[in-house]
Amino acid sequence: MKADPAGVLTGVHYLDGDFACGEGAMAAGCRFVAGYPITPSTEVVERISRRFPMMGGTFIQMEDELASMAAVVGAAWTGTKSMTVTSGPGFSLMMENIGLGAMMETPCVVVNVQRGGPSTGLPTMAGQADMMQARWGSHGDYEPIALSPRSPQEAFDFTIDAFNLAEQYRVPVFVMMDECVGHMTEKVVIPPAEEIEIVPRKLTEKPPGEYLPYQNNGNKVPEFARAGDGYRFHTTGLTHDERGYPEMSEECQEKNVSRLLEKIRGSADKITRFVENETDGADVVVLSYGITARVARMGIDLARKKGVKVGEIRLEVVWPFPEKRIRELSKKVKAFVVPEINYGQMVLEVERCAAGRAGAILVPHAGGGVHDPESISSAILGAVK
Amino acid sequence: MSRTEIRVTGYGGQGVVLCAYIIGRANAVNAGNHSTMIQSFGPEARGSACSATLALSDEEILYPYIRRPDIFVAMSAEGYDKHRDELKPKGTLVYEKDLVPARLKKGQRSFGIPSTRIAEGLGRSLVQNIVMLGFFAAVSGLIPRDEVRKAVEDSVPTGTEELNLKAFDAGWSYFEEHYGAGAEGDAVAAATVVSPVA
Amino acid sequence: MSTTTQSLHTNVDASEHPIAPFLRMDRMPHIWCPTCGIGTIVKCFASALEQTKVDLDKTSIVSGIGCTGRVAGYMKLDAFHTTHGRAIPFATGLKLGRPELLVTVFSGDGDLSGIGGNHLIHAARRNIDILCILVNNFIYGMTGGQNAPTTPVSARSSTMPYGNFEHPFNLVHLAASCGAPYVARWTCLHIRRLTKTFAEALTRKGFRFIEVIAPCSTLYARLNKLGSGLDLMRFYHDNAEIKHGADTREAEIGFQDRILCGKFVDIEKPTFTELMHEHYTKTLGDRFVPMKPEGGWIHE
Ligand SMILES: Cc1ncc(C[n+]2csc(CCOP(=O)(O)OP(=O)(O)O)c2C)c(N)n1
Ligand code: SF4
Ligand SMILES: [Mg+2]
Repeated sequence: MKADPAGVLTGVHYLDGDFACGEGAMAAGCRFVAGYPITPSTEVVERISRRFPMMGGTFIQMEDELASMAAVVGAAWTGTKSMTVTSGPGFSLMMENIGLGAMMETPCVVVNVQRGGPSTGLPTMAGQADMMQARWGSHGDYEPIALSPRSPQEAFDFTIDAFNLAEQYRVPVFVMMDECVGHMTEKVVIPPAEEIEIVPRKLTEKPPGEYLPYQNNGNKVPEFARAGDGYRFHTTGLTHDERGYPEMSEECQEKNVSRLLEKIRGSADKITRFVENETDGADVVVLSYGITARVARMGIDLARKKGVKVGEIRLEVVWPFPEKRIRELSKKVKAFVVPEINYGQMVLEVERCAAGRAGAILVPHAGGGVHDPESISSAILGAVK
Repeated sequence: MSRTEIRVTGYGGQGVVLCAYIIGRANAVNAGNHSTMIQSFGPEARGSACSATLALSDEEILYPYIRRPDIFVAMSAEGYDKHRDELKPKGTLVYEKDLVPARLKKGQRSFGIPSTRIAEGLGRSLVQNIVMLGFFAAVSGLIPRDEVRKAVEDSVPTGTEELNLKAFDAGWSYFEEHYGAGAEGDAVAAATVVSPVA
Repeated sequence: MSTTTQSLHTNVDASEHPIAPFLRMDRMPHIWCPTCGIGTIVKCFASALEQTKVDLDKTSIVSGIGCTGRVAGYMKLDAFHTTHGRAIPFATGLKLGRPELLVTVFSGDGDLSGIGGNHLIHAARRNIDILCILVNNFIYGMTGGQNAPTTPVSARSSTMPYGNFEHPFNLVHLAASCGAPYVARWTCLHIRRLTKTFAEALTRKGFRFIEVIAPCSTLYARLNKLGSGLDLMRFYHDNAEIKHGADTREAEIGFQDRILCGKFVDIEKPTFTELMHEHYTKTLGDRFVPMKPEGGWIHE
């Protein structure tokens, strides 16, 4: 369906990534946001709290991020699209109820405007060191979906995508932004509402007596009933059967967990999204995401000027990781070069998929800024030596 | 337009960020180019000095930060002191004449304006940043005047458009009156020439 | 008390039991120990639902983790068994996401006042429109009898084997001083009064806080050599002192000491949502669009 015009600020704007993310959420139909202030993410909720009262949305500043995430999962069960926004320290606190969201299969969105870590780290400076936390942060097995925008325009676009993916797969979806994109102001084009495609919450059509909250419906994504519609369903963070009743058994655990994983893994080809350039005949492929993709392009251009055949993969969806494509490419290229603002996270995925067939060369950056393009080009040159 | 890097500094409350925002908006939204604006955050933004940077280009901007500005707009002495050595050897300095004790360098063009006094003359010292913006726009000639004026209209609080446009025009006129088209900027007196720091 | 808990134990014909329609009979038998107090409180709550005739389709129940945390799982309502300590913020999201819902939080003392204590005081401060039922058995039951923020001084717990030396919370005083407009305490012996209080609270608005003292027969009673659950009920009978409107400062609970019961606070006070509506109507006028009672959800 098309977006609700009430939430769409159609026009050509000059916005920072945080504001653009907030606009994306409102355009996507988000009408409940719970959050706790943290730099560099706060502008997202500041924007939303200003505009929500005019479109039937409710923002609440909770007492902490544990509460924010719990409230978002609760609100999502009413059918109201819900989101929270944070940065590293808050992301850590949210892990508890991100797990609950994954277990209860709750569609919702979590934005992490990454800053340097660990701990309080660099509150006002960029980082990309929460990528593995997004993948593995809450305990137990589950498969998240995450996107990483590299500009305010993408912060807008990808936040809408995040809501749509959350609806399709009933999972918490992460928007893994970073301080640089969050605090960078650029042109953002917001299309008219009728040009924005929205996936609405799809409710079960079964009557209350026949409805089972966790029944596998072929595509592994169960049908949704919202609180207050007479279904009187039960849901729990405990391992549960199709009725949503706790069942402590190996069999039930196997059924439950494998479905949670398979609903994403089985659709990974549909969910993964990346931009690929000039990988045909390339000796080196640079894989990057988020803000780093911009400087990576500069590094690629520098290396190409020196005659190296360099291809580019820019991840838009970072989780699930495009394993298949990296495996294929690893049979053809000498090495992957992976610049990221951390000391080696997504490069581990590349290494795993390349499985020794091609090198996986990290270009690290501890955080606080972006790479020098020269550091990337020299890694490319080093890879073909 | 090839890539042009700009830094705007001043003290908190002078409207440094709005000034930079309007430049960026005029170039990207109205003139159809690209511009990336970044305001400084963190401890430095809490003190009295405040700063924002811009990269303008007719191509997609990949590197978001600036390295050495082509144009340095200084509205306060502290901001000037902090960043003056970054300005490119052939860069342009635009400064608040009454507040910034500019030490002009050979090879760099410099343009001063008493923007605070002019704003006071308009009845609101608050529009000093827009006077400075008009002056900057005239000095740099980077973005057509009408596009910047439109960005001013779209960016200032409703009800203050007229005053702000007046401020913008006052800054622009000051340039025309005191420097004229194609001006070389302030003469660099021998006494103020700063030799490269050893 | 055993009669009431016993009734939940067996698979009975729904028609025989007036509260059976409120329970998930397909989940019986429940997990609670014989003579545990929780079942009695559930029965009182179910009776209150019956008496008040609230729209059960629009009634949600949220629990955290613990023995009491299992309550949501046995109620035939939209039921959410969430994470340890987070029932209140989860319920806050439910209520704000679909304002027409009647939302009840039902959880333990450790859950709501220990790990979830911060949420408790803030929900009371904001006057979030939820009914909060806290079962205080003075201990962490589910995990085997560890010390709770409510354990009376000198009472034994598995992690205070020589007796507790920490100051416990006076929960009704805590809730009242954080601004809860409705605050009451009963023991699970007070079946009639407790049911009446539940019924009254169901029809009130704002953050309604009801503490129910209940025996953990298996752990608290055993660790402290207090006999059976039945002995504890006898103790409540002899030591509960009903004093409506009492100053909550007097409501501290010492080890095997008098238990002050009654309705301590019952005032009118605008809720979070009412304040928000009033404020935005005042500041934004016609531009304010409140969330619809059925929620801010967008559908085809
Ligand atoms: C984050 C987390 N920490 C610890 C636990 C273990 N745990 C489960 S229930 C519980 C205590 C519950 O005590 P209370 O709320 O008083 O409930 P009762 O069992 O006494 O009814 C604890 C510590 C958990 N489930 N989650
Ligand atoms: S352990 Fe205690 S609280 Fe838990 S069910 Fe048994 S008696 Fe009740
Ligand atoms: Mg307890």
